[in-house]
Amino acid sequence: MKKRIADALFYFRVYVFAPQTAWAIDDAKRISKNETMTAPAIETQNLSKQYPHGFLHLKKKTSLQGLTMQVQSGEVFGFLGPNGAGKSTTIKLLMGIIFPTAGTAQILGKPVSDVSMHRDIGYLPEQPYFYDYLTAAEVLDYFGRFHGFSAAERGERVQKVLKTVALETAGKIQLRKYSKGMLQRVGLAQAILHDPKLVILDEPMSGLDPVGRREVRDIILELKNAGKTILFSTHILSDAETLCDRVGVIAGGKLRGVGAPGSIVGVQATGMEIVFELAESAVNAQQILAKATRSGMNFRISVIEGELYAALGELRAAGAKIISVTQIKPTLEDYFLELVGQDRAQAAAIEVSGK
Amino acid sequence: MSRILIVARNTFREAVRDRVLYNLVFFALLMIACAVLVGQISMDIESVVMVSLGLSAISLIGLLIAIFTGVGMVSKEIDKRTLHAVLAKPLHRWEFLLGKFSGLVLTLTVNTAAMAAGLFLAMLFVKHAIVGSDTVVLVAIYFILLKLSLVVALAMLFSCFTSPLLAILFTGGLYLAGLFLAELRNLQTTQLNPQTQKFLAFLSYLLPNFGNYDVMGAAAHGRSIPASLILHNTLYTILYCAMVLSVAALVFSRKDLK
Repeated sequence: MKKRIADALFYFRVYVFAPQTAWAIDDAKRISKNETMTAPAIETQNLSKQYPHGFLHLKKKTSLQGLTMQVQSGEVFGFLGPNGAGKSTTIKLLMGIIFPTAGTAQILGKPVSDVSMHRDIGYLPEQPYFYDYLTAAEVLDYFGRFHGFSAAERGERVQKVLKTVALETAGKIQLRKYSKGMLQRVGLAQAILHDPKLVILDEPMSGLDPVGRREVRDIILELKNAGKTILFSTHILSDAETLCDRVGVIAGGKLRGVGAPGSIVGVQATGMEIVFELAESAVNAQQILAKATRSGMNFRISVIEGELYAALGELRAAGAKIISVTQIKPTLEDYFLELVGQDRAQAAAIEVSGK
Repeated sequence: MSRILIVARNTFREAVRDRVLYNLVFFALLMIACAVLVGQISMDIESVVMVSLGLSAISLIGLLIAIFTGVGMVSKEIDKRTLHAVLAKPLHRWEFLLGKFSGLVLTLTVNTAAMAAGLFLAMLFVKHAIVGSDTVVLVAIYFILLKLSLVVALAMLFSCFTSPLLAILFTGGLYLAGLFLAELRNLQTTQLNPQTQKFLAFLSYLLPNFGNYDVMGAAAHGRSIPASLILHNTLYTILYCAMVLSVAALVFSRKDLK
């Protein structure tokens, strides 16, 4: 407390009697704060990718257009978008599997062309496939060698990650006998084998049953608690809503929005939903029920917020029993569908106008 | 270097587990059949037939493995996307390519060594003795191995930028063309305009000369092979492979994988 008072007196004196000094102090603090902030884990600037296609490869198809985004250290970032939106293209560009037509990308402060930073990255490819003549333990041992681990350390790490992904009993079976879900687990195991700072997962939930999805969710949460940065792409929106600090929505090769799952869709309620019971013989019942939808024994109607009390009055007059009144907030799914709908409408308009 | 060795070791393991070395059973059966049959023909030429047939079989089987496995090594990894997880490790693409090449050359060396042992056993069976002049057969086998290394490098180069089928055709085509480079050079002496002559001369030096590796006649008849040819072929293979692999690494390093 004493220190705070002393600080306040100091700043008061400085601001009143020597304003230039005060600015200098503020600037110095701002600069030092920026310097101590770690660089973004992933940063892209105007990243674009076009693929040649057609018989002589003369036509160009744009898969990603001017992607500029940042993933901060220690956050779980969900990359959302429908099929063909550009999610995998972005991830492949980050991992150096394909090369950008324009723009730049940096991971952990280094350009993506620098493979030395792969020591700190774990990557699960989409629909992963590994050498099917090897067992899971052999594949993991093979990948562990690139990180320079000793034989003993590799053995330890392999057993540990196989246990993490619930494959400890299947570790000695050749991968050609694995199911899609098991391969996905091997993919996850090799991504976290070397304890990376950043984990990039392309569709980690695909091919998994509900139990597997739950396990992957738990692994992601464990990684988050261990301070790792995680970027994962998905089109399962509930996963993104429960796991992510921030999400980026991509559609048609363009980034449409970035933010916390709640803020990106807007917290503004779009209306109110009233659930009620009403005998069909009641006064004005037909008029009210014409606007309602039935679910089981109950009915539900949606009204805008300003009309809530009028609607409740009408229901009370008709002798309805009110079960619940709930605010309707847009979900990530609504936002997502709206974006995709806009894209399709745009594509249809272009098709109709013949452009 | 160690990362190249990691890939090479796994490539060898892949070849073994994908039963590439099963061809040795076929070779062994061929040698047994040959040894039995050759015993029934004239004493003078039985050794010649045995060595010629053995070396031809070693060369042909090796070529088939070099072309098909050489093309498949990279293209299969691209098609099945096994490369995605591998390239996410601290590994340069050129290191991967060199590792694959080294692994396949190691596979071919083991395979060729096993076939060479089979051939010498058959020779022993037919002639009842291995004499000093038979070392020329070893030189011929060494040349076959050099030739196969060059074929692998070419197969890998083509598989970096075209489909597997075309890569097989290009490698096979180039091998056949490379066998007849001496004829291409001799064409210069006939009536051709100077530009064509220059182009053919350029082509005859640019294309890999596989004719240099063919010493089967000398080996079959026990004639010695000059040391200068051994040195020349060794250096030629090293330089040509380095050149082909450099181009392959350059192409592969900028290739968009699917």
